[in-house]
Amino acid sequence: MATTSVMGGDVRRREDPALIKGRGVYVDDLQPTGLLHVAFLRSPVARAKIKSVDTSEASSMPGVVAVFTHEDVAELGPLIAQVPIGKLRPLLAAGEVNHVGEAVAMVVAENRYQAQDAADVIDVDYDVLPAVIDLKESKSDSTKVHDELDSNVLHTWTYHGYWAALGLEDQTPEVDAAMERDDAVVVTIEMTNQRLIPVAIEPRSVMVEYNSGYERFTVNSSTQVPHALAGAIATMFGMSPSDVRAIAPEVGGGFGAKLNVYNDEILAAFAAKKLGRPVKWTETRREAGGATIHGRGWVGTATLVGTKDGEFLGYKLEAIADMGAYTQNFTVAIPLLGLWIASGQYKMPVSWTVDCVVTNTMTTDAYRGAGRPEAIYYLERIIDAYAREIGMDPFEVRRKNFWQKDEFPATMGCGFSLDSGDYEAAIDKLIEVSGYEGMIQRREEARAEGRNVGIGVGSYVEVCGFGPAVLADIGFSWSNYGLPASFNGSGLVRVNPDASVTVVIGTGPTGQGHETTWAQIINDRLGIPWENVRVRHGDTQEHPMGIGTFGSRSLSVDGAATYNAAEEIKVKAAKIAAHLLEAAPEDIVFEDGAAHVAGSPEKSIEWTAIAKAAYQAHTLPEGVESGLEAHTAFSPGNATWPFGTHLALVEVDADTGDVKILEYYAVDDCGNRVNPMIVNGQIHGGITQGIGQALFEEAVYDSSGNLLTGSLLDYPLPTAADLPSFQLSHTVTPTDVNPMGVKGIGEAGTIGSAHTIVNAVVDALSPLGVKHIDMPLRPKRVWAAIQEAST
Amino acid sequence: MTVNGQEVTADVEPRTLLVHFIRENLHLTGTHVGCETGYCGACTVHVDGKPVKSCTMLAVQADGAEIATIEGLADDGSLHPVQEGFWERHGLQCGFCTPGMIMSAAALLAENDNPTEDQIRHGIEGNLCRCTGYHNIVRAVEYAGAKVRGEEPAPPDWEGGS
Repeated sequence: MATTSVMGGDVRRREDPALIKGRGVYVDDLQPTGLLHVAFLRSPVARAKIKSVDTSEASSMPGVVAVFTHEDVAELGPLIAQVPIGKLRPLLAAGEVNHVGEAVAMVVAENRYQAQDAADVIDVDYDVLPAVIDLKESKSDSTKVHDELDSNVLHTWTYHGYWAALGLEDQTPEVDAAMERDDAVVVTIEMTNQRLIPVAIEPRSVMVEYNSGYERFTVNSSTQVPHALAGAIATMFGMSPSDVRAIAPEVGGGFGAKLNVYNDEILAAFAAKKLGRPVKWTETRREAGGATIHGRGWVGTATLVGTKDGEFLGYKLEAIADMGAYTQNFTVAIPLLGLWIASGQYKMPVSWTVDCVVTNTMTTDAYRGAGRPEAIYYLERIIDAYAREIGMDPFEVRRKNFWQKDEFPATMGCGFSLDSGDYEAAIDKLIEVSGYEGMIQRREEARAEGRNVGIGVGSYVEVCGFGPAVLADIGFSWSNYGLPASFNGSGLVRVNPDASVTVVIGTGPTGQGHETTWAQIINDRLGIPWENVRVRHGDTQEHPMGIGTFGSRSLSVDGAATYNAAEEIKVKAAKIAAHLLEAAPEDIVFEDGAAHVAGSPEKSIEWTAIAKAAYQAHTLPEGVESGLEAHTAFSPGNATWPFGTHLALVEVDADTGDVKILEYYAVDDCGNRVNPMIVNGQIHGGITQGIGQALFEEAVYDSSGNLLTGSLLDYPLPTAADLPSFQLSHTVTPTDVNPMGVKGIGEAGTIGSAHTIVNAVVDALSPLGVKHIDMPLRPKRVWAAIQEAST
Repeated sequence: MTVNGQEVTADVEPRTLLVHFIRENLHLTGTHVGCETGYCGACTVHVDGKPVKSCTMLAVQADGAEIATIEGLADDGSLHPVQEGFWERHGLQCGFCTPGMIMSAAALLAENDNPTEDQIRHGIEGNLCRCTGYHNIVRAVEYAGAKVRGEEPAPPDWEGGS
């Protein structure tokens, strides 16, 4: 059984055959006998008192089994949040509505058409109130969104004060003093980092069954966090989590939107229990805008102060972040993820303030990058403006201010330490692979022909791999769902009697290829062919503990736990092999999928024999228990801090404002890579979501709080025809935070790309006098900026 | 109508969408619903050989038509070249858009088995993917095109373009 490790190999994915044949099973595909369907009546107004809800006609419609309103579910309380600052979401509107799309009533019927028909005839009498949509207006408290809160400002994050226990120094005086220096160049721009809708192509869906004999729930949900979901239901219904089996089958994309536990999941459980039949709700795209969290939504003013020679003296951000109407899972804590990387790859003092305000809009929470794309966008855009102001090359100005590779681990002003990095190596590589010098030449030639061609450079460092137990102290945990507080990794590895391996992990894919990557890890550690490894995920009945998939954490945290579990198995397997070979365990070495005594490879014993022996009492050495499995928890001492630099070459049609991406290069460093094919795929998708923000996407509410972009017609996603092929490269700077030296790559592309595109467009239009355009850079806005600059 | 070569007959409500008929009456759940408005293309099937978004067609409109879904694409268990291409070139991540994307790509190659990158990108622009950035989908269709033409596909270059 000679095998070579496939670690680091571009092996094809285990999950693909089912998915390409249409045999993957997503939640909406489930149709158990007796299934009932849910439709919600949702608020058409952004802010109102509810005077009455009349469900009588709906209740008598054909096929309708039940109609529920707030009174029916009030005893369950509001939806649980992990960082409960602000007003928690009621399961169904409680006497008032606070955003368009808020669920007011729930219809359960024999089929989805009947459920929708009945929802359409529920009569609600609203007493409409003025809505608060604009972030600055909200901050002013001129109209309060929630009477019971003191202010629309729920919380203010500051760079030095976000966690009092750290006792950090306020660097604001240092930044302010730098601005007064004679040689100071101060560049300030107010910028919007617009609100986005995540749009996983699979709408959310939940299907719940309740067995009243065993008093147990089985909850199938399109979720990134089945253990959190089980914990939430158990907590709200007063049960043991062991009586709630949550399953995330195939999940059609998540991007953070499926990291929340939602009211509809709780309500489906309520209805299934109440009615004694399976209940399913599947979101329509149209209702998603008011049912599933949004992301981003900041306005802010960034200021960079530096010398005329390109030395950064300080950075300041004053921003307002939109929380939406109700606080859900991590809502208020999202900007904090940006705070930790506020200084990017650079060594400089930082003053950073973000006010979290409520508005009469859908809740915001984690969307791919979650706080980090916002933070990096402001920083890297203002660095670009500064470089242009002093006439310095964008690579050169960055290079001048990087943390140097011998300075890691580098402790930043926010108190956290960057684990490892070699930022110059990444830009050196990017300059080389993009042919930067020649590209400048090409840009100048194009400009001479009257074409508006621009080069944009954007760096990033991000923080991921959640993570460290210490984060639980500031709310990053599932403790409000009754789960252990820390975001530990968890890996359960079992070598079966036939020497196949079952790996059960507390994190599951929404497209990231866990079934493949984890098989590669096992193959690398144990030498068992990766095809013989089965990876189980997303089922709380199979695994006692799981945190879920988010924050680019799966591989660096749960992968590390799996790696360690495999190492533990080796220790036990060595004892069994030693017994069978009549040798000492410490003399056993594993090689080529078999064990032998060091120095005597000719007499080896294969895993099949070891595995078989492990399950028979009479073949085990004395004192060794039957079975061959290990379960480890892994608590990293630090998060991981991937980084990279991207470059875009764009052309703008000045007559139409249309932006075309001609070339896109990216150098990303996520440490060691288990499956480069999958890593690159993550980068492709990440870059594209950043490009989506830069060029196309924006969740727009009018001043009355109507979501104007609730369909994919009004909310354009990038299509294949909008994009070039990408040219990727990488550097490898392993981390010592985990045993595999891996950092995480799920969000990096998104964090690196939006500002790169905007920097390129501004570069293209800078000869015309354009200094800034707010995203998304749709033709109308670009054209207007050109007109404004030329008048 | 005929679905994947099998004749099927049913009485349905006139408003039943073709995609719901396929998924819920025929239990062919490989065809997905992503937006119900014809933009995302996750529901793409072939109707009389042409790619159609089955969420914008009523089941009764397909009366007598020949329908092909993702489940019918593999021939006697062997993968269609487009399916093979998606596997070989990592043309999918979460897999939700994939059946519709494969049906569109198969229709594209049936019309033109040697499309340029630009033709591929425009050929599949009616199908949205949120995971891959389309980069490897384009590679997958190039791979499939080579297979359809009886040529050896170019070896993969995971970091670069075509």
